[in-house]
Amino acid sequence: MSDHEYTPKSKFGKWFNDRLPLLTLASHLTDYPTPKNLNYWWTFGGILTFCLLTQIITGLVLAMHYIAHADMAFDSVEHIMRDVNYGWLIRYIHANGASMFFLAVYIHIFRSLFYGSYKSPREVIWIIGIIIYLLMMAAAFLGYVLPWGQMSFWGATVITNLFSAIPLVGEGIVTWLWGGYSVDNPTLTRFFTLHYLIPFLILGLVVLHIWALHVPGNNNPVGIDIQKPSKDTVPFHPYIVIKDGFALLMFMIVFAFFVFYTPNILGHADNYIEANPLVTPAHIVPEWYLLPFYAILRSVPDKLLGVIAMLSAILILAALPWLDTSKIRSAVFRPLYRQFYWILVADVLILGYVGAMPAEGLYLLIARVATAYYFIHFLVILPILGFKEKTLPVPLSITEPVLGGSPNLAGARIKNKKNL
Amino acid sequence: MPEKKTKRRDFLFTATYAVGAVGVGATIWPMIDQMNPDASVKALASTEVDVSSVNPGKTITVLWRGKPVFIRRRTQEEIAEAKAVSLKDLKHPEKDEDRAKDPEWLVMLGVCTHLGCVPLDQKGDYNGWFCPCHGSHYDTSGRIRKGPAPTNMEIPEYKFVNSNTIKIG
Repeated sequence: MSDHEYTPKSKFGKWFNDRLPLLTLASHLTDYPTPKNLNYWWTFGGILTFCLLTQIITGLVLAMHYIAHADMAFDSVEHIMRDVNYGWLIRYIHANGASMFFLAVYIHIFRSLFYGSYKSPREVIWIIGIIIYLLMMAAAFLGYVLPWGQMSFWGATVITNLFSAIPLVGEGIVTWLWGGYSVDNPTLTRFFTLHYLIPFLILGLVVLHIWALHVPGNNNPVGIDIQKPSKDTVPFHPYIVIKDGFALLMFMIVFAFFVFYTPNILGHADNYIEANPLVTPAHIVPEWYLLPFYAILRSVPDKLLGVIAMLSAILILAALPWLDTSKIRSAVFRPLYRQFYWILVADVLILGYVGAMPAEGLYLLIARVATAYYFIHFLVILPILGFKEKTLPVPLSITEPVLGGSPNLAGARIKNKKNL
Repeated sequence: MPEKKTKRRDFLFTATYAVGAVGVGATIWPMIDQMNPDASVKALASTEVDVSSVNPGKTITVLWRGKPVFIRRRTQEEIAEAKAVSLKDLKHPEKDEDRAKDPEWLVMLGVCTHLGCVPLDQKGDYNGWFCPCHGSHYDTSGRIRKGPAPTNMEIPEYKFVNSNTIKIG
């Protein structure tokens, strides 16, 4: 943690701090030496914390008005929308907040992929992050079921049925998850409980995520280890606080745009029809943030293998620190990786697009190619690239290229700029 | 290295762990089992349906255990089509006779065996059912013919109480 000793000024502060060193923690967080070249892609950690708190606060308020019962849930959500004071606002913030949360987390993850933030010594931060991401998907899915509309019901049916692909015990697990022979009231009440629980689990993991971050300190766009504190660092407060705050403000403008101008554009109209176990909507699609994985699920013609492929697509990320064999962190100094990185970005976007389209004809073919490429990127390209790639020279410190070191380093800096 | 002798203390440790594990297991099990279907859910296990108004070529859908059940009075052509299929062409080979005891009446769970959607009646490449979620095609006997579903649509336990009433479950 922090390298410096801290002594509170006041007598009471000293008395308290000797018994519970909260002031030492606060001092560590304020003075925390941060690389001075962090760009705006690094502000999404703070933005994500904001998203989590927004979801928790609006969620608590919604829970005061929502009724978790199959006969009343749908009406209670409409009651929130029409009768509860500012209920529409709180619900729209919560519903769009989920999308904003995923938007931010995807940027956060892809920033990590570009700058190699998952590499040694930050593997544990990365893995905690993947667990948080999995919990976010669980929370989002469970929350989407609560309004008890058609998409809620059939989304719940399809997703829980994924477990029926498990040989022998699959059907038993699905019945256990449902608490019945179909998605029904027992399912709704337990989903509500778990939806309430998960954000607090995420909060706990976020604390671990930040704690693990503060051991080695932040990675940075150059991707080199730096001396802390040194001329390469600035204290977290006020420098990073202000920068994060500004980025958060920009993010909130986008957030507010969705909430106030197009609050339903990211949802599905079918979810304003109450759940009906006799009729499946013609076109079942998950929320946009799950589409790439949905495309992977559908691109495999076998039920069990499809489920395995979808789960592997997420879990493979946890193995990334060991699949990427390159010693160089930042893509700024990896000319080939940089190209494969953008191909991967395109691949995931394509998967998301075909995930929203019917699984037939050309769409299915594209989904299969894109699925294959996704796995090839992680399992073949990354391990080989570490050995084959000719990387660019890496500067010794963040300050060196700025103060005019060798011409190579200046070149690296121009490339760096171009990519940011 | 001298051979390690099993001591009285080792036995006590092992015995303590074993008793502890059993205790933890016995405590956790009720927490897990409470999520299984409860007595009130199980009590709704059977439904009686009046089928007197169902004409040939018509399907009715009833809810049984929260799931749709298709009751179709099949036409002669559909029965002939179902019987004509060779078992070799089936992903999940089942004879039509085994699925419809009375060939005129097909009673089955209207739940796609892929991921649980409700297939649409009289659709798809085999004149039976088509699941809109992920494109599984079923024939006039509800057998899977094309698409990701692994098995035929399930036949629940049912019997004719009299010529007009079917009891499901």
